[in-house]
Amino acid sequence: MSSNYITDSHGIRRYLVTINVNGIDYTRVIKANVLLANFLREELDLTGTKKGCEIGDCGSCTVLLNDKPVNSCLVLALECDGMSVTTVEGLATTSSLDIIQEKFLEFGAIQCGYCSAGMIMSAKALLMKNPKPTEEEVRKGISGNLCRCTGYINIIKAILSASGQEVPN
Amino acid sequence: MHLPDFDFYAPESVAEACELMTRYQDEARVINGGTDILPRMKNQVMAPAILVSIKRLPGMKRIEYIPGKGIVIGAGVTLNEIALSEVIESKYHSICHAAAHMAANQIRNIGTLGGNIVASIPSADMPPILIALGATAKIAGPTGERVMPLEDVFTGPGKTVLAKNEILTEVFVPDGKMTGSAYHKFALRRAGALAVVGVAVAVEIEKGVIKDARVVLGAVAPVPLRAVKVDAFLKGKPATDEVFAEAGEIAYDECRPITDFRASAEYRRELVKVYTKRCLKKVVTDGHKAVVGG
Repeated sequence: MSSNYITDSHGIRRYLVTINVNGIDYTRVIKANVLLANFLREELDLTGTKKGCEIGDCGSCTVLLNDKPVNSCLVLALECDGMSVTTVEGLATTSSLDIIQEKFLEFGAIQCGYCSAGMIMSAKALLMKNPKPTEEEVRKGISGNLCRCTGYINIIKAILSASGQEVPN
Repeated sequence: MHLPDFDFYAPESVAEACELMTRYQDEARVINGGTDILPRMKNQVMAPAILVSIKRLPGMKRIEYIPGKGIVIGAGVTLNEIALSEVIESKYHSICHAAAHMAANQIRNIGTLGGNIVASIPSADMPPILIALGATAKIAGPTGERVMPLEDVFTGPGKTVLAKNEILTEVFVPDGKMTGSAYHKFALRRAGALAVVGVAVAVEIEKGVIKDARVVLGAVAPVPLRAVKVDAFLKGKPATDEVFAEAGEIAYDECRPITDFRASAEYRRELVKVYTKRCLKKVVTDGHKAVVGG
């Protein structure tokens, strides 16, 4: 957590933070009120992370903070100083998508797509901890993410399939 | 959405934190996990000029069993850290169960035990089971620490006994004689929903007789409600279904629910009756591992 700050000409404190995002250290000078979601989108132009309700209900801003899923709309960026963040941009390599992303495409688990980034990050967190989840565990794993289009069925199938389990398409 | 401007302090000692809160008074607010205060700031319910983070205070992340005494849980422990704690699970599954069924995974990784207590939301899930197990709260202030029964911390919705410059630092769950405990919550969804009713029970049963009982009802009064009439009724009675059914009827009369958009007062009373009975039945057979409902 950053204690290093300067006070600008308007009397507002600006804090020095270094946050590792998708494997790269980013050092920035930010105000205390910058939320992690805004840091990612506005400071780093990583707009894959979506903002929905912005009060922690919808899960669309889900990222992994030190490998744990959190709502990035409810985390102060300066409290992430020295921590690591994984966003949806961190899953794919230049040549291939993450298996979860592949399966979301294959199963039609994406409709409007707004919840997808958060949904995929929750799925990632689940599979990192539990590589062969049951359907019930998948439902629990994404219970903090709202989707208004799909009815969840294809999302659940995609995640089960990404875990290497047979799923009737 | 952006938060209004504020200055941020992250003191490393309780003395320093209390000094900041004493100096800035109403201008400052304590922030722990932030899952309660940040939405309030976004909704412009409050606009503190200063946030004082208590995350770096010593002992805030502690979960420790002290043999022969009880479990210490720091106020900065997250809800998921409680839900997944082997130390707590080995003594009271009921506490882990209450934490695991709150909010959603993403919130449980940020929100803290301390926040769930000092926010003093009538439907909060952690207070009922902790009170049922006789937990105490340690509150630090500029002149030292005080320890009190957790139930005495709450004075009304959003209100506690904490002075502006006091900080809840830990909760202690003493080893007691209770042989079983459970928390049973009803909410409109299984995730991300506040309790419509939450019932916590802890009982001491010896040779089929109830020697002691503490029933605590959440979301049916301005503060977590100790059902003292139920407790008094149960003491000395045999642990039978008939006794538990009557205890449910007494809880029905003793709770003081309101009607709101989640449920009517009458519906909440019915839930209290049924859930009290169910919890009592279950703790007789399953002890502190009792799971009632999903």
